[in-house]
Order: sequence, then structure tokens, then C-alpha cells
Amino acid sequence: MEKFFTDDIRKQITEILQQMVRPITIKLFVDEKGCQSCPETKQLLTEFKDTNPKIKLEVLDKNQHADQAKKYGISLIPSFVMLNDLGEYKGVKFNGIPAGHEINSFISALIEMSGFPLKIPQVALDRIAKVNKPVQIKVFVTLSCPHCPGAVQTAHRLAMLNPNIQAEMIEANTFPGISQQYNVSGVPKIIINEKYELLGNQPLDAFLTEIEKSLRA
Amino acid sequence: MFDLQIQKRAIPSIFEEISLWDILIIGGGPAGLNAALYAQRKGFKVAIISKEIGGQLHNTSTVDNYLGIPMTEGKHLSETFLKHLETLQVPLYLDVRVQSIKKIKSHFSVELDNGVGLTSKTVLFATGGQPRQLGIPGELEFANKGVSYCTTCDAPFFKDKHVIVAGGGNSAAEAVIDLAVWAKKITVVHRSQWRADQIILKQLSKLKQVTIHLETQLLRAEGDQTLKRVVVLDKKTNKQSIIEADGLFIQIGLLANSTLVKDLVALTPQGEVIVNQDFMTNVPGLFAAGDVTHHPFKQIVIAVGDGAKAALAIQQYLLHHS
Repeated sequence: MEKFFTDDIRKQITEILQQMVRPITIKLFVDEKGCQSCPETKQLLTEFKDTNPKIKLEVLDKNQHADQAKKYGISLIPSFVMLNDLGEYKGVKFNGIPAGHEINSFISALIEMSGFPLKIPQVALDRIAKVNKPVQIKVFVTLSCPHCPGAVQTAHRLAMLNPNIQAEMIEANTFPGISQQYNVSGVPKIIINEKYELLGNQPLDAFLTEIEKSLRA
Repeated sequence: MFDLQIQKRAIPSIFEEISLWDILIIGGGPAGLNAALYAQRKGFKVAIISKEIGGQLHNTSTVDNYLGIPMTEGKHLSETFLKHLETLQVPLYLDVRVQSIKKIKSHFSVELDNGVGLTSKTVLFATGGQPRQLGIPGELEFANKGVSYCTTCDAPFFKDKHVIVAGGGNSAAEAVIDLAVWAKKITVVHRSQWRADQIILKQLSKLKQVTIHLETQLLRAEGDQTLKRVVVLDKKTNKQSIIEADGLFIQIGLLANSTLVKDLVALTPQGEVIVNQDFMTNVPGLFAAGDVTHHPFKQIVIAVGDGAKAALAIQQYLLHHS
């Protein structure tokens, strides 16, 4: 397969990723028997890995590594999770290839998972800390959507900041089944605990308000 | 393949070094970017604060009315603008939202959502607009369940489907052209006559799958889990009818992003910031430019021009008030 990165893009990404603090590990789950966009996702992540020694990449077949797929709640393929330097899973997951505009939320996740300090006001941090029940956030995106990476980034940040919160990007065109199941015909569409919906790239406060509603329910 | 927008995320140390700015520009669209270019060249302490660079340029697929750059993409134009600014090293504070703007004596205090506070002699408010809603029953209920405001985002969901485009300006006509790649059938519903450029309408007229209802008003959107139909009123015959459809793309103009200053400056009843010929609001030192203002004709080139004019007017203001 031809390389995705041009010299210019590789240079820019290499420079941006200089901000990574500690190593991170990406576990990519594919289906060796073949799946739509598995080879592309694998190649994209490999090219990323080659830009910075702090990125480790493991490519796992979902059947051969069913135990790990189960551990990380992998239901769609391709899908990958990001672990911190201690090998801990903080609930940051991507389903489908983070290309197009979504490359931005992927780069953010790489940098922030590596320990780059997040600047979040204390009031919001206090609200996040109070989330004491499991919260699942799904963010449906398309690769041509300029407002989507912001929503994915916010969801992933919430996951990094509280072990009860898990957040996943779902590329809607790669997974039409689940997209139809959630009636997705516009993106970004954010679903919290299967029930509470947010539309558009909402600020952190709006996410927290919906999360708090879901906890009260 | 990639639309890199991410900047170096470390906040430039300049934001800690400078305790009093000459101009803080809020908004990273065409108006804000050009104002920054002009102000930086004049030697002012100027910075841009924005969630992202490009603003509404990201909602536009093709742009063909910007002099000197024929047939380009909105995002490409945004990158071109940014590259130009980078050659001048304008400080950018990105990925933050402004929480509040307050005037304290002769200065402005700008609080960001990450807890950082900045102080400036003047502020240029260039936050642009967002898609206007129709305000019909069912619109919000079916938002993202068939009702959409972003063609570039959502067109792929309507492959081989029937979609309605509401509106009669350039953005509506362009939405039809963008959707034609995906949708099997497109119906335009507009309450009056076309306002779009002839050159776009000519392109549109070549599309076989397009039906046009002018002088027709959308009354409501209906469906169950997702949008299924709209009810329209033909204003000539005064008869209501139903159009079965899977999607409704609303492209009827803009709503100014003025919430942040609504208690600070005078707005039109539509929420647009009122400025004088020097782009100053009724609050001395607080300027506005681009789509957020009450100026008619929301165009990229006009926002860019507004940005330049505002920067020059701010220069005059600072000369007399520093």
C-alpha cells in the first residue's frame, strides 16, 4: 500500500508529537480474515508509530486474542484502544480509521494520553470527579465532519480524567449497522449511557450536564 | 486524506509574558485572521483566541468567489490564511473558549474556559455565525435524525435517499450540488425566489434529480424514529401538501454568535452586534467584524475586508486612547 503521509504531513506530525511526555501503547484489533479498512488503519497507525519512539503499536487478531478483545470491550473491527505508560486502559477507544478531520482527535489523544497536562478549570474537574457510576460515551463521526474531532476530544478527555467514564469514537460510514441502530444521520452525535443524546461539538459543560442527568436517572 | 488542524498545543509562553495586550481578537475565521494580519504588521501586541482556525470555512466545500483563488475548498482557504499568519508569527491561543469579556476601567478582562485570564486595551469580537434554524415544529425533534445543518458532515448518510434542501441562497444551492453526489432525489423548498448566484444555479440546473418548489413554505417536519416527511404550503395556491423524504438540510442563513456579549453591547433584534463605521460597538474599545455584525451580505471576502478595516480603525483608536 502506498504511504499515507507525504513528507510534509510527516514533518508536521513529527513536530506536533514532540509534545508527547511518556510512552503510550496502542492495541489495534483487526480481523486477519479481512475487514473493511483494517489494512488502512494498520498502516496509518504504523506510520504514526514511525514518527515517534514513544508510540508502541500492537496489532492483534480479534479471534486469536479473544481474551484481550473481551477485556477491552472490542465489538467492532477495526478498533483500537490507547494505554498509558503503565499499561492502564483509561477508556479511550477508536472504532474505524481516524483519517480525514478525525486525525486531529487522534493526535490529541496521543499527546494527552502520554501525560501532557490538560488545562481544565477546577470547577469542571470537581464535577468530573463526582462521577461515581459507569458512564459510556459514544461519539459518532464522519471523516468529512469538521466539528467532530472536538466532540471526540472532549469525550476522551472525560475518560482520561475518571476511571468510571469510557469514551469511544465510531466512524459512522465504516459501521452502518450500529449507526442505524442509533438513528445516526447527522454528526457528531453523542450518546451517553445508551440514552442521553447531545448534538454537535458541545463544550465540556454540556457533556457533564448530560452525564449528571444520566447518573440521576 | 488528512485535514490536519492541530497546532502545537503548548500555549505560547508569550501569553504568560505579556500582561497587557493592545488587541485581543476573539474568533479564528476570515475576519479575525485578517485583522490579526493587519495588526501584527502594524506592530501591535495582538493575539487570536479561538476554538479553531477557519470558522465557517469548514462548513463550505467549494469556494469560487474569492478573488485570486478560483475554485478552491473552504478548508484549503483556511489553511492558506493560517500559513500566511504563521509567517508573521501571530500568537494563537487555540482550543479554548472565551468564558467572559468584561470592561474594567479602560481595559478589557477576557476569561478563558481553562481558567486563564488575559487583559487588553481593545477587543475585536469576530465570532462569526452558525446555521439559522427554521423554527418549525419537528425541526429540533429530528435534528441529527434526518434534519441537518452541515452538508459536508452529513451528506454521506443520504446515499440513494430523498433529501429536501430548505433555502434559496448560495449555501442552499451549493448544498444541492454537494448532495447530488449521494442522494437519489433532491427537492428544494424555498419560501420566495432564488437569491443564489446565477453561475451556481446554472450548475444546479444540469442536475437531473433536482425538483424545485419556490414560493413554498415549510410548515413542519414529521416522522417516528427518524424524519419521514415534511408538510409544505404552496403560497401561490395556498394549498398544503406532504413531501415524503429521508433528510432535510436547512440552509437559510446565519445566526450571529453573539451570546458572549449580549449583556455588554447593543444588538439588533436578530442578535447581530451593532457597529459604527469604525467597527466599534457602543462600548468604547470593543470592536466587532465579520458575520457577527449587523452588516448585510455574509461573505468570506467581506469578512476579510471587515477584519482589515477594523484593525485599521483600532489603530486609530489606540493612537488616541493610549
